[in-house]
Amino acid sequence: MSSRVGIIGVGMTKFGELWDRGYRDLIVDAGAMAIKDAGIEGDQIEGIYVGSMSPGLFAEQEHVSALVADYSGLRGIPASRVEAACASGGVALREAYLAIKSGEMDIVVAGGVEKMTDIPTGSAAVALMGAGDQELEAFKGVTFPSLYALMARRHMVEYGTTIEQISQVAVKSHNNASLNENAQYPFRVTLEQVMNSTLIADPLRILHCSGITDGAATVILASEEKAEELNNDPVWIRSSSLATDSIALHDRKSFSRMDAAILAARKAYKGAGIKPEDIDFAELHDCFSIAEILAIEAMGFCEFGEGGKITEDGETELNGRIPINTSGGLKGRGHPVGATGIAQAIEAVLQIRGDAGKRQVKGARTGLIQNVGGSGATCVVHILSGEKE
Amino acid sequence: MKGLPAHWRLLPQRYNLIGSYCKNCSGRFFPQRSICPDCRRTGSMEEFKFSGKGEIYSYTVIRAPPQGFDYQVPYVIAIVKMDEGPFITTQIVDCNPEDVEIGKRVETVFRKVIADGESGIIRYGYKFRLTD
Ligand SMILES: [Zn+2]
Repeated sequence: MSSRVGIIGVGMTKFGELWDRGYRDLIVDAGAMAIKDAGIEGDQIEGIYVGSMSPGLFAEQEHVSALVADYSGLRGIPASRVEAACASGGVALREAYLAIKSGEMDIVVAGGVEKMTDIPTGSAAVALMGAGDQELEAFKGVTFPSLYALMARRHMVEYGTTIEQISQVAVKSHNNASLNENAQYPFRVTLEQVMNSTLIADPLRILHCSGITDGAATVILASEEKAEELNNDPVWIRSSSLATDSIALHDRKSFSRMDAAILAARKAYKGAGIKPEDIDFAELHDCFSIAEILAIEAMGFCEFGEGGKITEDGETELNGRIPINTSGGLKGRGHPVGATGIAQAIEAVLQIRGDAGKRQVKGARTGLIQNVGGSGATCVVHILSGEKE
Repeated sequence: MKGLPAHWRLLPQRYNLIGSYCKNCSGRFFPQRSICPDCRRTGSMEEFKFSGKGEIYSYTVIRAPPQGFDYQVPYVIAIVKMDEGPFITTQIVDCNPEDVEIGKRVETVFRKVIADGESGIIRYGYKFRLTD
């Protein structure tokens, strides 16, 4: 293994229903911003990894690796698409990190993009269900909200977690999103609004669910040597870990905890040589509000079963003990699936640089980001820090 | 829409709950697998027919259905713990959603699942119903 890896530039589009931008426009917009932010020229880039869950179904376009290189003005360089459902962005980030760690490349782009609103919502839901088991889940009439509802029900039964606590996750995320100009839903919601919103899959309601979103995000990674040469003060990727579990929810050891997330977190802390107490803030995968509670527990920010309680007690708020999803999370910022993992990295970089504006966490130096594919079959965790070690 | 073979080759699991039994570690799995996920042995897996009896472990009521399931709303999706060990995701039918509770006994029934439009293939498979 060679040198340390740092993030030297970031760029993202606004997240939302972006009718005037197509798939290629989105990723090129985000890429150009990141290149500018890094202060480099395009010809210094040695490779591209682009996370995209289902451009074939969402935008009727495959082979997006070459497309992205072409439209970024980078014909000729190696480009690969990475797919791991909603964790595609996080896994693309990891592949870019490994490319530098291997010693093969010094400056690598990790991007994520999804254009989800060009097709009817029903068709988008079908595409998203591809992240589950087609035969054993989708064929039975299962939807993604219903998989997380099955987990929520077990968490409520086993730990006494309440629907108020689950709803408070969405209230908190929207509070943070209201401070984020790139967020899809930059407004506050009340606990009553969440708890009285339309039922989707009992006990989950529509305000417990992330939406359908267009957007792209890009980060530029460099080796320590290259970052020094460029006179760039990067945010360091202290560790990267990836874990998998059964594709079908019903084959897991437990439905009230997420084992792939627990495994990935354990490896990430070991890799960085730190503990959960050393984390100043985290971006967690709250595709549904219950998922944030499972993630808080898996990341070790509280005991198992206490995730709902610490949310209710305000510990995960912007000024709480461990601020979670300062960006607004998947719920408030929006969830263009392939772009989400990269957007999480960007929020961490902004917090560590001190550039997070109204949602800045005071003294933020070390953050954790966690990106989930499907109902928990893939989980990728990165620890980012302003400190080299 | 998939052609006939895509459905035909799955009939043992869809119609008869055929899974696998591992001769090495005695694990039981649904549906069939060629490699044991517990002990990783190959060549140790035998066909195993599940009894179709079990109990509700978790459940939800679908109010926003996927394409093709619209006419069934609201319907119950549950994870059932089968008596032989493994869990299975299934619809619970022939009851009001309010009747479903964790721990209630269920058994399998053979039902129409979904049709590919007006003139497409009609697909059948397992669902479960309450026996308590
Ligand atoms: Zn075995």
